[in-house]
Amino acid sequence: MSLKQKDLTTIATLTPDEIMLILETADSFKEVSGREIKKVPALRGKTVVNFFFEPSTRTRTSFELAAKRLSADVINFSPSSSSVVKGETLLDTARNIEAMQADIIVLRHQAAGAAETLARGVKSSVINAGDGWHEHPTQALLDLFTMREKHPTFKGLTVAIVGDIAHSRVARSNIYALTKMGAEVRAVGPPTMIPAFLDRLGATVHYDMDEALRGVDVIMMLRLQLERQGRALFPTIREYSRLYGLTADRVRLANAGAMIMHPGPINRGVEIAPDVADSFSSVILDQVTNGVAVRMAVLYLLAGAN
Amino acid sequence: MTILITGGRVIDPGRLDGPAEVLIENGKVAAVGQNLLAAASRDKGSVTVVDATGKLVLPGFVDLHVHFREPGFEYKETIATGGASAVAGGFTSVCCMPNTNPVNDSQSVTEFMLEKARAAGNCSVFPVGAITKGSEGKELAEIGDLRRAGCVAISDDGRPVMNSMVMRRAMEYALAFDMPVIDHCEDLHLSEGGCMNEGLVSTELGLAGIPAAAEDVMVARNIALAELTGARLHLAHVSTAGSVRMVREAKARGIRVTAEACPHHFSLTEEAVRGFNTLAKMNPPLRAWQDVQAIKEGLADGTIDVIATDHAPHAGQDKQREFSDAPFGIVGLETALPLTLALVEEGVLTLAQAVAKLTSEPAKAFSLAKGSLAPGADADLVIVDQQQGWEVDPSRFRSKSKNTPFAGWKVKGLVLRTFVAGRVVYESA
Repeated sequence: MSLKQKDLTTIATLTPDEIMLILETADSFKEVSGREIKKVPALRGKTVVNFFFEPSTRTRTSFELAAKRLSADVINFSPSSSSVVKGETLLDTARNIEAMQADIIVLRHQAAGAAETLARGVKSSVINAGDGWHEHPTQALLDLFTMREKHPTFKGLTVAIVGDIAHSRVARSNIYALTKMGAEVRAVGPPTMIPAFLDRLGATVHYDMDEALRGVDVIMMLRLQLERQGRALFPTIREYSRLYGLTADRVRLANAGAMIMHPGPINRGVEIAPDVADSFSSVILDQVTNGVAVRMAVLYLLAGAN
Repeated sequence: MTILITGGRVIDPGRLDGPAEVLIENGKVAAVGQNLLAAASRDKGSVTVVDATGKLVLPGFVDLHVHFREPGFEYKETIATGGASAVAGGFTSVCCMPNTNPVNDSQSVTEFMLEKARAAGNCSVFPVGAITKGSEGKELAEIGDLRRAGCVAISDDGRPVMNSMVMRRAMEYALAFDMPVIDHCEDLHLSEGGCMNEGLVSTELGLAGIPAAAEDVMVARNIALAELTGARLHLAHVSTAGSVRMVREAKARGIRVTAEACPHHFSLTEEAVRGFNTLAKMNPPLRAWQDVQAIKEGLADGTIDVIATDHAPHAGQDKQREFSDAPFGIVGLETALPLTLALVEEGVLTLAQAVAKLTSEPAKAFSLAKGSLAPGADADLVIVDQQQGWEVDPSRFRSKSKNTPFAGWKVKGLVLRTFVAGRVVYESA
């Protein structure tokens, strides 16, 4: 089995079957990461380039580990060490990398659409590791993988995504993925952080967090970009935290045993109380573990397609 | 040199629509009527006869809104290449926006543009001067000097005057010269960081949106200021249903306001941006379906007087960037006619209305002695085959830049020949 497409730039074009294929493939790769020798030869001889224009430790490391555990050669490439600062366009830089026979390019970029633009311009497979506010497909896939460890089916599952939905690629990818799989998604945040026509993406919109958390199985908190204060999106971090921060009291409004998720890095005491982040219900570190397995699956399936 | 155009359907808005001949002498329209050949031959001897049987014979089009990029950005377009593009599209007069480098805020830049236009010798160029020095929105430019040098209107174009007091003073001051004040209506605070229409598509793509309200609030302000000052206000490229509604109401109340719409704003919606298509990135952005309908209604009922292109050339490398970083704008001169004729086909406009919005109406808005075939007028004409289909191929554009979202479109309506002052400046291959 493999993915039919050359690239993974968006969840929007995946079918539910393809999402399941990725999750099921990740099941077997998760087992690899638990072994004494965490390596399989699936991508031996393949070259994966991590092409990161934004600072990222977690995602870049996760992709690097995933590629290495599949025995691929991995190169990390960031703009400070590249010709991008010399004014070369993204596409030209990528074509140079491609000319060195890169099989897969993993791109993190601040501009929405960067991965899609790149994918059209190069023959290598492109994996979107986050493009502006647009999408972060592997994050959504690892989130689904983590949910599925506790809830085997997505139908009937209710997920609240709380925070700055408008500026979140994690929220977009999760809304696309979860609604495709039949889950109910509640988008929760102040109206300033809810983008236009969000309901048409299949999520319901909620401004009152307490009401929105009633009856949910999963609470996914988004990171508050602290630098957005002063842009009239919210008055103060204090008020934001009181209205949209996840506390132990609020967790009790959700279904018993509700999973608590966060794509990281977390702002302790801002969008999530420290005791909640560290609680038994928190699967924040499982998400990180699962990220490697899911990215192995994506790399493997795309390499097979190519 | 005497030329007689025979056999065509002449549309001279407000004056004539029917089969007629056009006699051109010494670069001017000498007569429009029947059986002009005998008289012309008797008086002049040799007459060049142009057979336009089955074709439209129209005044040359007048575009109130082009960017010819010279001085400063000659790699995108020059006055010569822009002029070549204009006449290929049937435009014989264009108004060049002042956002050059340096900004056209002085007599010397205006004179430079006019000199380049004379040297190029294709279409008539009417520069538009800046409202404020450097288009910085602070101090008024020397508008009197600009007028004397040849500017026909003032605008800070892509850098709208945000300070309402400065705009008020500009409108008042321009009254002294009876010059129209043009505004690109955009509240820069509301549109900050935006790169496409704010709506479902921007939400799906994760792109920062420019809400329709960013245009509407400035249209409302400008109408209020036009009412206060009595100035001639011209609204560039209106794109929203709200703008159309407010202009309609303002006109009904007798406020001196004119408005233009661009072919892309009545031919495309925000859906064209999908796939992060930078060729569908312009400002104001492509809007929603309801806005497009409102623009069409505004064109039909006369709320929108003028069709203008906002011809905005950008080199390939400028547009081959991430969507948010790519510049706004598309070229428009060579596709405006067929896109306008599509409105006729669709029943939105009559052919006579469509021609008026490309000729007499823009000329009237800026008081240009153009857009008419009255005897004595400059012999600026275009011969059009209304039914001729063709496929838009940017590589064949005369413009230096090829940034159009209409590549590959099958369109109808071909410019066969363009005359400026009685000279053939373009002939289709």
